[in-house]
Amino acid sequence: MSKIAIIGGGIAGMEAAIRLSALNFEVHLIEKSFILGGHVKNWHMLFPDLSSATQLVEQQKNQLRDSVNILLGIEVIRASYTNNKYTLYFSDGSSNTFDAIILTTGFKLFPAQRKEEYGYSIYSNVITSAELEEYFQTDKPLYTKEHRIAERIAFIHCVGSRDDKVGNRYCSKVCCVTAVKQAMETARRNPGAEIYLFYMDLRMFDRQFEDLYFQAQTQYGIRFIRGRLSEVSEKPDSRLFLKFEDTLLGKPLRLTTDMLVLMVGMEPAENTGQLARLFNVPVGNDKFLLPKNLHQYRNLTNQPGIFLAGCVSGPKTIGETLTDARSAALEVYNYLNRN
Amino acid sequence: MPDFGFSIQSSQPIDLDKTYRAVYNFVKEKEPSIQRCIYCGACGATCTAANFSQMSLRKVNLLLLRGQIAEVRQLVEHCLLCGKCMLVCPRNVNTRKMILLIHQALKMPLS
Repeated sequence: MSKIAIIGGGIAGMEAAIRLSALNFEVHLIEKSFILGGHVKNWHMLFPDLSSATQLVEQQKNQLRDSVNILLGIEVIRASYTNNKYTLYFSDGSSNTFDAIILTTGFKLFPAQRKEEYGYSIYSNVITSAELEEYFQTDKPLYTKEHRIAERIAFIHCVGSRDDKVGNRYCSKVCCVTAVKQAMETARRNPGAEIYLFYMDLRMFDRQFEDLYFQAQTQYGIRFIRGRLSEVSEKPDSRLFLKFEDTLLGKPLRLTTDMLVLMVGMEPAENTGQLARLFNVPVGNDKFLLPKNLHQYRNLTNQPGIFLAGCVSGPKTIGETLTDARSAALEVYNYLNRN
Repeated sequence: MPDFGFSIQSSQPIDLDKTYRAVYNFVKEKEPSIQRCIYCGACGATCTAANFSQMSLRKVNLLLLRGQIAEVRQLVEHCLLCGKCMLVCPRNVNTRKMILLIHQALKMPLS
């Protein structure tokens, strides 16, 4: 029986493991942390249908059959390739041989400290979208660090995305619609609060995204302003003073808010470069792994038996990630049955 | 000429068929980074001169592209060359060089 290693136990890795174990392959799911579910397990609800993130992860975990060998707290440190088989050497000293490998290591969130002028980890009321998403797991309204109800909140798009200054020219794809979703949720929790979204472009590319945007405007009165934040300073009362240009009016714009939410983008996961070297897979200018091509071979790499799924090959929505993982599973099936 | 009590407004639309791109092309050739602009307005947000004038480098770049040279001339006059726009630009446009080249192209003295 063919053996498959899936490196990364987020939603992409789990989905591929579910599909391949259903095809009766021996699947080893390798995760470096001690818990499955990657980023998604920390999230509250998913755009555009506001379904539960936890539920999605739990459903996946339930579908993982007993036949999937789940290895937690383990990393791959070395690999070798002989006779169409890969031998992986793990951080616990063990090793194993596989016929195919799927890399599903995903992404890491942009460290907002690198955008120093936005004041993250300097001013207490500047938070990231990921922190807000986790906070939404509670039922509480949004409070400032001084325990005042936040009456004015600004969301900043493209933090760490579309920004040559931090070395990330690419668009992280999901932050636009996440900001709209989070703004609406904030409006539900803090009725009467003024909520601003500062964007460069609103990329509502997928089904029902535009509907969310429409709802945010008409039902929640979210204020959309086209402009990019240049800098943040803190006032003596610890409110935040923001500077923009209203680019549609062509005038500088100033705003004081209680809280600032930075929509942090995606970067390749910490070990992506190391995996690229280990398996000799090329990376793009965006440092995500490159598939064989971007059309019909999105899950294949230039190496035999090495496949990609999910955000390891660039930012994706959850729907796209799951589809990508299922497609990778089929590619692995075809590869293993090639003779 | 008799006074009819009204005057004729000059034509407002920008006619892209007749756009004067010579100044833009001059600047672009010497400083190709101006092509990277995505008109986000971070420059205008941080601009010292924008507090007291209509200055915004985003606007200047767009006006150059549309051949609105008279307006460009008015705007760049206010620039103090402090370079804060260079610090915040997410696309690394060499904004100071851009201003200097516009002055050069329009034969404006640097005040």
